Amino acid sequence: MSVVEKYLRVNKMPHIWCPGCGNGIVLGAFIRAIDKLGYSKEETVVVSGIGCSSRASGYLDFNTLHTTHGRALAFATGIKVTRPELKVFVIMGDGDATAIGGNHFIHAARRNIDITAIVFNNSIYGMTGGQYSPLTPPGSKATTAPYGTLEKPFNIPELAKAAGATYVARGTSYHAKMLSDLIYKGAQNKGFSMIEAITQCPISFGRRNKMGSGADMLKWQKDISITVKAAGKLPPEKLEGKLIIGEIYNSEAPEFTEQYAELVERISPKRGEG
Amino acid sequence: MSEDKKTQIFIKKEWCKSCGICFAFCPKEVLQPDELGKAVVVHPDKCIGCKICELHCPDFVITVEKEENNENGQEKASSR
Amino acid sequence: MKTVKRKLLQGNEACAEGALAAGVRFFAGYPITPSTEIAEIMAAKLPRLGGRFLQMEDEIAGMAAIIGASLAGTKSLTATSGPGFSLKQENFGYAIMTETPCVVVDVQRGGPSTGLPTSPSQGDVMQARWGTHGSHPVIALSPASVRETFDLTVKAVNFSEKFRLPVVLLLDEVIGHMREAIELPDYDEIEIIDRKKPQVPPEEYLPYKADEDGVPPMANFGDGYRFHVTGLTHDETGFPSNKPDVSAQLIKRLNDKIEKHKDEIIITEGYQLEDAEVVIFCYGCVARSAKRAVKEARESGKKVGLLRTATIWPFPAQVLQKSVKDAKYVLVPEMNEGQLLEEVERAIGCKLKVEGLNKINGELITPSEILEKIGEVI
Repeated sequence: MSVVEKYLRVNKMPHIWCPGCGNGIVLGAFIRAIDKLGYSKEETVVVSGIGCSSRASGYLDFNTLHTTHGRALAFATGIKVTRPELKVFVIMGDGDATAIGGNHFIHAARRNIDITAIVFNNSIYGMTGGQYSPLTPPGSKATTAPYGTLEKPFNIPELAKAAGATYVARGTSYHAKMLSDLIYKGAQNKGFSMIEAITQCPISFGRRNKMGSGADMLKWQKDISITVKAAGKLPPEKLEGKLIIGEIYNSEAPEFTEQYAELVERISPKRGEG
Repeated sequence: MSEDKKTQIFIKKEWCKSCGICFAFCPKEVLQPDELGKAVVVHPDKCIGCKICELHCPDFVITVEKEENNENGQEKASSR
Repeated sequence: MKTVKRKLLQGNEACAEGALAAGVRFFAGYPITPSTEIAEIMAAKLPRLGGRFLQMEDEIAGMAAIIGASLAGTKSLTATSGPGFSLKQENFGYAIMTETPCVVVDVQRGGPSTGLPTSPSQGDVMQARWGTHGSHPVIALSPASVRETFDLTVKAVNFSEKFRLPVVLLLDEVIGHMREAIELPDYDEIEIIDRKKPQVPPEEYLPYKADEDGVPPMANFGDGYRFHVTGLTHDETGFPSNKPDVSAQLIKRLNDKIEKHKDEIIITEGYQLEDAEVVIFCYGCVARSAKRAVKEARESGKKVGLLRTATIWPFPAQVLQKSVKDAKYVLVPEMNEGQLLEEVERAIGCKLKVEGLNKINGELITPSEILEKIGEVI
């Protein structure tokens, strides 16, 4: 049995994702990270929102919660605050995390609560058939942008960092091994960790934008990616159109559930005081 | 882990969706599509155990194992 | 019941006390008039009891967080008012579908929209019933006094645990902000109900396989039972299914588990009903005016009685039918445009005259207004 199968609900396979979709690659990277972390299935909780990527929770043999659109982090916050010993991961799509769930996203980051969030960014609303998201590259076509999008996309890592996340990284499904390592490292950060996983949607995004097959889109990821280290040596104009990958931000700050435990300790009536 | 060790490639064909990612990225043309576009191992002897196919298969179809490896060894093989 | 303390409390304070007495140890919410005192008290008291209070980024997140906490095993409650209740409806439906126990307190104010933030209303009766989409069951309770607010909050928590669904506690601005001197029961003597635990080992656990009573035993996340929870229509295993029979069975069971226990859930109070020719049917703060009106009417020889319901949903149709058997006229005073009036008409048919007395200007319905209306018929 492969490492991945150990953590899959194999009777739910094959999954619903389209041929060539990168979600399975990202999910594999996630599973390999969990395996390396050595977390037990019983102590691991995976919460997801709504959308293609959020179906991942149903395939994972942990405590899994498939919630409402955009709200996964708010559900996860309730779990983590009341059971801080659990390892809580949140899987979201780009629209899920930054459009309908944008508010929950920035506030989970602000609290620096010990949750590891993985944003599957496929640049599109896939499950509903290809509408543009806040991450669709400008000028791309979508069913709701038949003449190309006008809107400027978010930079998710910068958003997470500005909001207060203490571990921020970006990987791609092409760089699957690196992605797994980033999730592995992010999970160990005591605080809010956000790993953006660029993943390909050949059916609802790629086809409409003439990007070829899943394999072609992986090559595209490879071509536009540049590591944080390499990017640091280049002037900004050379980074236009490039996707910076790797660990983008890593810092230390008080973690929310620990702060709360300290507060409880501080205000608890001391023995003998009645 | 040396790369000349024999490897075994397991294909779970019933999960394969014929996306073609594995043969597009196999550096040694070990994998080829069958008539339905599903992955088949045609040159097992050429496999270098790089696991690119396993890591990039979106459908968890492919497992590459070094022949003498047990489950614990697998992790090492993939962490190159 | 042995009493331990006599206190001057606001309805909102009694609600918070009731929640804590019932074992609530998690609150997540968002500030909104006229419910905010509940959050403020929980913020002060929960950490001292080892619980957790969270002020969330919005109403939606408050509802989501209490569901998450409940799935992880902590009794949870949120409080809001009409506009916030509207925002909570999405995840309220999720709690119904996933059978997650929790309590939503809605201190009603005038609406629609921002409406009259500091004035009472009973405008959310139908929102409580049908605010979230789909054919679903609901339990909604509405107290008429501060002491009853305490008791019904305990009941709401207990019902949510016993039947595994979100329970609505409909207060109104009057009950929420009114102060009464009340005696609280000894907390150790209060009946507390906890969700049923699975009696089978994890490998045999089917998270949505119901017992005879229609309610599935509930494992908590992190207790060794790994399972999947989804708002999608699901089978007994908890995984999504769109098979017509699975879908029909699930929705039927969700509704039946409340329908079959409604005698236990429905709490009403009859007053001077025995020979009543006129029956006043009402709930919440209006019942206080109605009771005064009944007293005064009786003093002047008029046969008027009162049926007050503390349980709005499921609707107490049978109790109502019994209560109006010998009546000629039913009056339904409500601080809305007649949201329960139609339910009353539906329950008793066209056998007798049913009329509403409705006030939507943010002011209470007074005893004299009720008496005047009664005077028109007898």
